[in-house]
Amino acid sequence: MRKLFLTITAIALFSTLSVAQSRTLPSVDVKTLDGENINITAIENDGNPIVISFWATWCKPCKKELNNISEVYEDWQDETGVKVIAISIDNSRSMAKVSPYVNASDWDYEVYLDPNGDLKRAMGVSTVPHTFLLNAKKEIVWQHKGYVDGDEDELLEQIEKIVKK
Amino acid sequence: MIKKISLTLTTACLTIICFAQDNIGEFHGDFDLNMQSYQEDELIGAKAADEMILNNAYLNINYTKGNFAAGLRYESYLNALLDFDDDYKGNGIPFRYATYTIDGLEVTAGNYYEQIGSGLIFRSYENKGLGVDNAMDGVRLKYSPAKGVYLKTFIGKSRTYFTYADGIIRGADAEVNLNEALNFESKTRVIIGQGLVSRFQLDINPKFKLPQNVAAYSSRLNIINGGWNYSGEYAIKLNDPIGSLTAEENNYANGSALMSNLAYSQRGFGIIAEMHRIDHMEFRSERAQEKQYIINYIPTLTKQHTYTLLALSPCATQPEGEFGTQVDIFYKIKKGSFLGGKYGTKITFNFSNIRSLEKGIKYDIDKNEVVEISNSFKNDYNDFTPKFFSKNGELFFRDINLEIYKKINKKVKATGILAKQSYNKDVLEGKTTYGTVESTIAIADISYKIKKGHTVRIELQELLADGGEGSWSMGLIEYTISPHWFFAVQDMYNWGNHDVKKQLHYVNINCGFLSGSNRFSIGYGKKRAGIFCVGGVCKEVPSSNGFSLTISSSF
Repeated sequence: MRKLFLTITAIALFSTLSVAQSRTLPSVDVKTLDGENINITAIENDGNPIVISFWATWCKPCKKELNNISEVYEDWQDETGVKVIAISIDNSRSMAKVSPYVNASDWDYEVYLDPNGDLKRAMGVSTVPHTFLLNAKKEIVWQHKGYVDGDEDELLEQIEKIVKK
Repeated sequence: MIKKISLTLTTACLTIICFAQDNIGEFHGDFDLNMQSYQEDELIGAKAADEMILNNAYLNINYTKGNFAAGLRYESYLNALLDFDDDYKGNGIPFRYATYTIDGLEVTAGNYYEQIGSGLIFRSYENKGLGVDNAMDGVRLKYSPAKGVYLKTFIGKSRTYFTYADGIIRGADAEVNLNEALNFESKTRVIIGQGLVSRFQLDINPKFKLPQNVAAYSSRLNIINGGWNYSGEYAIKLNDPIGSLTAEENNYANGSALMSNLAYSQRGFGIIAEMHRIDHMEFRSERAQEKQYIINYIPTLTKQHTYTLLALSPCATQPEGEFGTQVDIFYKIKKGSFLGGKYGTKITFNFSNIRSLEKGIKYDIDKNEVVEISNSFKNDYNDFTPKFFSKNGELFFRDINLEIYKKINKKVKATGILAKQSYNKDVLEGKTTYGTVESTIAIADISYKIKKGHTVRIELQELLADGGEGSWSMGLIEYTISPHWFFAVQDMYNWGNHDVKKQLHYVNINCGFLSGSNRFSIGYGKKRAGIFCVGGVCKEVPSSNGFSLTISSSF
């Protein structure tokens, strides 16, 4: 009987764990650069992987990450169909600078604003940069805190893993 | 027999669990730990903590299932780091909430963070690095009755450490995206918004009659057309004397704030010009005049620097009165052009200038003397309102800086910065004998890729100044191995300090390890006393000397 109990507990635990592993986006509104409200769960990439990167105009490593990816973004898109979404956590001090900065930097990303950190908190982001990778079902399958030169190579490996599956 | 039952039950359980999987919901969260040891160092004025080691830790847990979400934050201060206020003491769950959305109505009960417009009249937010958390505790409703129309209203009390302030805060906001709401297609998009906040607190002052309900309201406008983007907000706060027993300290004037910015951008080029005028606009969760009780946000109109010497003397907004202007230009010189080279060159220019409002005088009845003021002031003996544009405003802060970034080849990237800053130490730090410190700053930041994943980066910084603490030099070497390791050594040297004893080296060593969702870093060294700014807020921190350990994790 004890064995039975143990088995059930083990299975229950295992199932809970596997459930916990499939992680979806929280239902939180962000703003587009045109001032419109959209729910983050509405982002789409036709079943291709999505990268969500939290950044700010005052964050040097964040800009380095997005600028470095920007240089190879076209190749990544051709190879894997990935879409990069940049979520700026700039508050009202620097929020107005996001659009000129993004345009001047020649980024081809989708950019959203999270001025009071609602999405940041809901996704457990305590410091920027913080990068998430989503699979075809928009489940978070990988994440990375911080950025140093070369981290984009690991991100690409993770993206390729999803595409191959 | 038992085996058979066991198997059947197991299968049944599995089926139920598998079936239920979609309905179980998800648990996620994150954890942060900051530990610091403190050794005494008389030369830099660092104090040893009685506990030797101080520790802050936070654990956030969020649960979501469809349209329902709930969560909590456990906070532990045993005891709080020296940078933090003493009132953060012990353990607790000061943050918990539940929220659901149905047919466009979102209901939140418990703790929440909220902001109206740019925050001129209301912002509740948290910044763990700075020890700021004025979460609300109460009820909030959000509703979108039609396309492009967003309404929200809330009531609650504002958190101060492990307790709540006296005032009851009520707020409402409406935002209308005219293009969406009126369903017309146009190149020009217009969004308007109107917010209102009111604070109730009993008047128990035996001497003066104080308003029990204090309102603040603001209107905002955002117009977007192609590459053009204008946004503006105007706010008024009704009279809100602090409730002192001294006539002189009770200011019955209304406050006002105006901010306005215009941006234009196209591929490779962006420009933004901003201004704000702030007059007597500090809004607190209760009358008592203490920093932690502030419930509105007046964005600082200067660039938020990340290089240490550029950020050595940052500007802090003067909510009682200032007039600020700022211009930013971003430009990318095209690849293949003479100046752009093979990879293009990025140029960033920033100028900001912050001054006081028009100066005037008021009569101080308690001291029987005339004093200078530069913000609206009203009581039985005075009624002063500074003119919109001032002719005799005093300079608080000015910053002119130019940054050039260039990728030289596949291995080398370089950034160079030149800046000139004027820092009114007396006003910005509340001192009296320093005047304005003029400094010239130069920075070079070069990174070199040794091989795949291995990068070395060198920062050289120089600050030349006569006043204040004099000149500084700084050097940093950082070695990173993607994706797991980083090592850094830095030295700040105050060689130009007029006090020879204070011509000190501040050496810091840091290294970190990162694996998946976990990040560990340890450091050792001396930190200088000064203003510490993260995410747009600054506060003064004491100098310290010792080990630090940081762990950050999320699941």
